[in-house]
Amino acid sequence: MASGVKPRVKVPKKAAAGETITIKTLISHKMESGQRKDKEGNIIPRSIINRFTCEFNGELVVDVTLEPAISTNPYFQFEANVPESGDFVFTWYDDDGSVYDTRKSIEVA
Amino acid sequence: MELSRRETLALGLGAAVLALVPFRANAAAEDAIAAFTGGADMADGGVTLTAPEIAENGNTVPIEVSAPGATSILIVAAGNPEPGVATFNFGPLAAEQAASTRIRLAGTQDVVAVAKMADSSFAKASATVKVTIGGCGG
Amino acid sequence: MYTKVLTAVAALLTIPVTAMAGPDEDNLVINDELDMISVTEAPAHAENLDTIYSGWHFRTDETQALQIDDFDNPAMIFVDQAADTFETVEGAAGKSCASCHDGAESFKGLQASMPKVDAESGKLVVMEDLINKCRTEHMEADVWKWSGADMQGIVALIGLQSRGMPMNVAIDGDAALYWEQGREMYYTRFGQLELSCANCHEDNWGNMIRADHLSQGMINGFPTYRLKQAKLISRHNRFRGCIRDTRAETFAEGSDEFRALELYVASRGNGLSVETPAVRQ
Repeated sequence: MASGVKPRVKVPKKAAAGETITIKTLISHKMESGQRKDKEGNIIPRSIINRFTCEFNGELVVDVTLEPAISTNPYFQFEANVPESGDFVFTWYDDDGSVYDTRKSIEVA
Repeated sequence: MELSRRETLALGLGAAVLALVPFRANAAAEDAIAAFTGGADMADGGVTLTAPEIAENGNTVPIEVSAPGATSILIVAAGNPEPGVATFNFGPLAAEQAASTRIRLAGTQDVVAVAKMADSSFAKASATVKVTIGGCGG
Repeated sequence: MYTKVLTAVAALLTIPVTAMAGPDEDNLVINDELDMISVTEAPAHAENLDTIYSGWHFRTDETQALQIDDFDNPAMIFVDQAADTFETVEGAAGKSCASCHDGAESFKGLQASMPKVDAESGKLVVMEDLINKCRTEHMEADVWKWSGADMQGIVALIGLQSRGMPMNVAIDGDAALYWEQGREMYYTRFGQLELSCANCHEDNWGNMIRADHLSQGMINGFPTYRLKQAKLISRHNRFRGCIRDTRAETFAEGSDEFRALELYVASRGNGLSVETPAVRQ
């Protein structure tokens, strides 16, 4: 697991049924592109987060494939529908096989 | 617009470089797009790509894509060493087929968004982003 | 017809100027609730400035946007990490920051008065000195590297507690000597390019230096998340970068020279809100 990886997610705590909510996610990751060289001129191997998914109560909101052109500390913002109360699950997949996830509950009135 | 000597020179150089390089860069971008569309035609309109006209730093360029009714959107940076940027696949709970992210651009170039619609048609939009090289790095 | 031509010429003449020169007129409000003082009257001791501006006003809308919402601000990842570090026991004494300090909130106001003279030693100290002193004397842990991620994370976490408060460093009394030393450095031309801090940040703020829009060089937002390095940048690292760009041998981060310069530059921003952690290009 890459060191110091920390996800941050912003989801409203409450929403009305059928309301569109804005979700923001950020994760600390260097997103080493595989294009850079070290001081000796050797290529620094690629090491990125290559996939991000957001699901709500097991149903997909968004599934993103990331390439090395995504900036350090990947950021995403998108809109979701929440039909009922439940949990969002956010998952990031690292090139090194690590998987980072976090969940957020939302109450739908 | 009056061009200074330096700007004119830069234009000339740019044109010379354009004549030599983009062949390769654009071919890779076109390949990436073709892999996504399967070579299908792309309509203009139906997808919106919002990007700054000038980016203060190519390391972190905010972009937004939106294509109502799309199932997925591919983003390509035609002037990067590797043109792929991201592919967004939208599920049933995506309220809008839209997303924002921050991307790396190796220099001034076109960013392209291709949306795959629910009926398997494709739409394309592009935006030119000028990436400035500051005087005060470090 | 004649007027029309004149207007067109005037427009041609003014557009590039208004587009490029000077700070913009946006208001800096964080999270829709925290009004920041980002433009104010210069303190009397900043003798050649009438108005002082946060560096935020010299950035593009896209860069500005990254600072006005704490979620959008990438620096906050490192502040979050620092909040964990604050609770982490380290060193032979078996203590964390939290063992002695009642939460990071207890540091509210500190950043606004830093750097300052340590009453005991009579020496000018900056935030990094206070942190390393805690680490060695109370935690019995190793000192942190000046611009390391651990150090600048905690500097940002402590600074954030004073966000919105006006900078108000003391320049009189015991601090006067250090302030004079810093002032002297500010106006000294360094390097093969023979540039002083003042040449860019006092004589030419608002103008472009190549593709960079020169600010007044205020440090009220440090540590700052710079898009270029994609991490928190310390005040001394920025000083070092500036002096290196003059093609000079630069001073070391954590040197007495940079402590004095930090005091002087901070004092030029007295009256501006603490913005820590800001976002710059």
